[in-house]
Amino acid sequence: MSAGKTTGAAQDVALAIRGLTLSLPRNMERAHAVSDVSFDLRRGQILCIIGESGSGKSVSANAVMGLLPRSIRVTAGEILLEGQNIVGLPPDRLREIRGRVVSMIFQDPLSALNPLMTVGQQVDEVLAVHGVGTPQTRRERTLELLTEVGLPSPELTYQQYPFRLSGGQRQRVMIAMALALEPSILIADEPTTALDVTTQAQILKLIRDIQRRKNMSVMFITHDFGVVSEIADSVVVMEKGQIVEQGSADKVLKTPSHPYTQRLIAAVPHLTGQNRPALDVAASEPVLKVEGLLKTYRSGSAFMGTLREVAAVNEVSFDLAAGQTLGIVGESGSGKSSLGRLLLKLMDSDGGRIVFEGTDIARMPEPEFRRLRPRIQMVFQDPSASLNPRSTIGRILTVGPVAHGTPYAEARDEARALLKRVGLDGGAFDRYPHEFSGGQRQRIGIARALMFRPKLLVADEAVSALDVSIQAQILKLLDDIQRETGVSMVFITHDLRVASQICDEIVVMHKGKIVERGQPSQIFLDPTSAYTRELVAAIPGERPDGGGRIALAG
Amino acid sequence: MRGFLLHRLFQSAVLLVIVSLIGFATLSLMPGGPMAQYGLDPGMTQDDLARLKQQLGLDRPLWVQYFDWAWRLLQGDWGKSFRDGSAVLSVIGRHIFATLLLMGTSTVIAIALGSWIGIRGATHRHSVFDYLATIGAMIALSIPTFWFGLIGIYFFTLKLGWLPAGNMYTIGDGSVLDYAHHLIMPSVVLSLVHVAIWSRYMRTATLDAISQDFVKTARAKGASERRVLMKHVVGNALLPMIALAGVQLPSILTGALVTETVFTWPGMGRLFLDSLSYSDYPVVMGLLIFSAIIVILGNLIADIVIAFVDPRIRLA
Repeated sequence: MSAGKTTGAAQDVALAIRGLTLSLPRNMERAHAVSDVSFDLRRGQILCIIGESGSGKSVSANAVMGLLPRSIRVTAGEILLEGQNIVGLPPDRLREIRGRVVSMIFQDPLSALNPLMTVGQQVDEVLAVHGVGTPQTRRERTLELLTEVGLPSPELTYQQYPFRLSGGQRQRVMIAMALALEPSILIADEPTTALDVTTQAQILKLIRDIQRRKNMSVMFITHDFGVVSEIADSVVVMEKGQIVEQGSADKVLKTPSHPYTQRLIAAVPHLTGQNRPALDVAASEPVLKVEGLLKTYRSGSAFMGTLREVAAVNEVSFDLAAGQTLGIVGESGSGKSSLGRLLLKLMDSDGGRIVFEGTDIARMPEPEFRRLRPRIQMVFQDPSASLNPRSTIGRILTVGPVAHGTPYAEARDEARALLKRVGLDGGAFDRYPHEFSGGQRQRIGIARALMFRPKLLVADEAVSALDVSIQAQILKLLDDIQRETGVSMVFITHDLRVASQICDEIVVMHKGKIVERGQPSQIFLDPTSAYTRELVAAIPGERPDGGGRIALAG
Repeated sequence: MRGFLLHRLFQSAVLLVIVSLIGFATLSLMPGGPMAQYGLDPGMTQDDLARLKQQLGLDRPLWVQYFDWAWRLLQGDWGKSFRDGSAVLSVIGRHIFATLLLMGTSTVIAIALGSWIGIRGATHRHSVFDYLATIGAMIALSIPTFWFGLIGIYFFTLKLGWLPAGNMYTIGDGSVLDYAHHLIMPSVVLSLVHVAIWSRYMRTATLDAISQDFVKTARAKGASERRVLMKHVVGNALLPMIALAGVQLPSILTGALVTETVFTWPGMGRLFLDSLSYSDYPVVMGLLIFSAIIVILGNLIADIVIAFVDPRIRLA
């Protein structure tokens, strides 16, 4: 299945994979993690490996590092690192290669750093384990590296523990560690996936700059075509452990030949710059009207003089008409999720009004609000954590309505109808959550929310945990359902591209405040606040002004 | 950190008050009461008993007795033993060394051996060693301590004659070696159950730590497996174990009570049982408070150690 590709002169190729097959333990979904995979990473280039979850992209990276879990074995093929085949090398030889010839950075920079060691110690360790330098020279080199990756006040950062740093800073530390011994190859496994979009833009730029300055070869693993179009020189597309397409970034992105690639690219949400066609809903009172909503988090104690207050939601006001979708967009810590929890009264507000269908629910006591709760429903981010693993889907769907007085038979019929509506067959009713894929579970989550025929649906990062192709399907489903039922939706997301797909209006939040509000076209093409402009500019693969490296086709 | 300490100290004080109240109330409910012992003496008249009762302050309402006792306790007067009239603190003082020696040795054995077994079980998961360790732990956990004690005496004293059956030292010897010789069997027997518990938790904690991303980072750096284990895995695995050490303290203390009885070890456990059968309430109450203080102090120390070792708590 490997696409044939002429290999250049050996010295042009930093890393060559030849017919690599990795076998999975028996009883797994498939026999091979990757099968017969071949590609070249050329010197001084960035090769992006893209695929959805389970495509085998990360496992390939681990194979190159010689870090495969014991249960996965190389059954065929070669991994040529600088001309040397590392398959079957004894552990000691592999250990020498790691960090010196090839190094790696990971997805989650918090868990990838040892919480009990200072940043300095951890960078220093790379040099120490390879027996480089004296403690004195290692310290100097470490400070040099921390400076190089753009960390503020390296002397101070050297002594910091990881928990004190922001996500972006932690990833910079990881990059500093990876660069310590100037390896010729860097493997980056989804290094920006856990980061905010503005931070992602900075880290991508850092990797790009360092790669150019040191003429490194980078194998960059991602699921995001936006990121690919930002930095890739060439691209390998993987599906279910096989390469379906490879070639230059320009070619793969603009003229994808394999149907899977075409589908993936088509599924990538874009800033359309177009507004959503308005629904025919009789203009009436807004379903939801929020006025001057306040929520302050406190930590420490006033008694000890350590009291800290953070205004998570600060004087937020907006309204939402029937059948409309309002997007709430912001980075981590912007207060968007706190706002969502306030709307559902999962926590109490400190001030302001939440007027739902004419009544202020902000101050309403819980017993009284319980009557209204079915009218406001939520779709959660993690579809596997939000469904009780010990209940059947039928029970998950019917337990709420039955508790609110619906006869079971009626609830059951309704549940079966809804499961069908969200695209699952009737048999789903008697099955358990673990029998479904992530996308199917999110469909169940939506069906559960719809059981009450709510007037308002709050979706908190409802598609963030899903692969792009599934993401597109779920967004389409939400859109259809809204058109059928006229439910109003508050759609909370960190992803402007997703928001632009489904929202009539978007509110941009920053540090607890609304910094901008408008229709998608205005937010993306003509943002008024500096923060929104920064946010839009940071979106990978999108250049509303037309000045991108490689614009995505489609 | 200062606030945390003050908070914990306050909590500990409240806990001590509750423990002492429960202890006091329970003892007053016991049939016969403290005068039962004197009542057995045929030479005692009712008048004598009443006078004695008044002398000891036992004729006052219970809550007055409690406050009187608590107030004296705070001033360092823990009362006098009904048995021989010596101060409770000095009675406890005579027995504390033996108990602390036994508990300390057992704790060291439990932590050292348990950690080693746990870490090795985690790094060699599903190996013969791992299975044997699992089975061994189940056996140690399911058989009572006194039985191990009796079996130990049967084999090592009666059959083999290697180890003494009881007491802390040979009268007339009392060298360090003699103490150590007497200490081996009781401390090993007391630690068995804790080695089992500790090794099971340590195995889980090590497996948790091994699966963390930073371990992969360390390997990606080119660190040797030994360094990865010692420098990255063990440190992070021990963190939750410190709290366990604090929680285990009461069970080591009660285990010591049983072990001391089996091996006629002259510690607080023996003292407790003797005092109880003599209805020597001041000593029983004193022991109760004393062990509560040890346990609370142990947990407090565990918390402080965690806070000190974990920068996320120390610097937050």
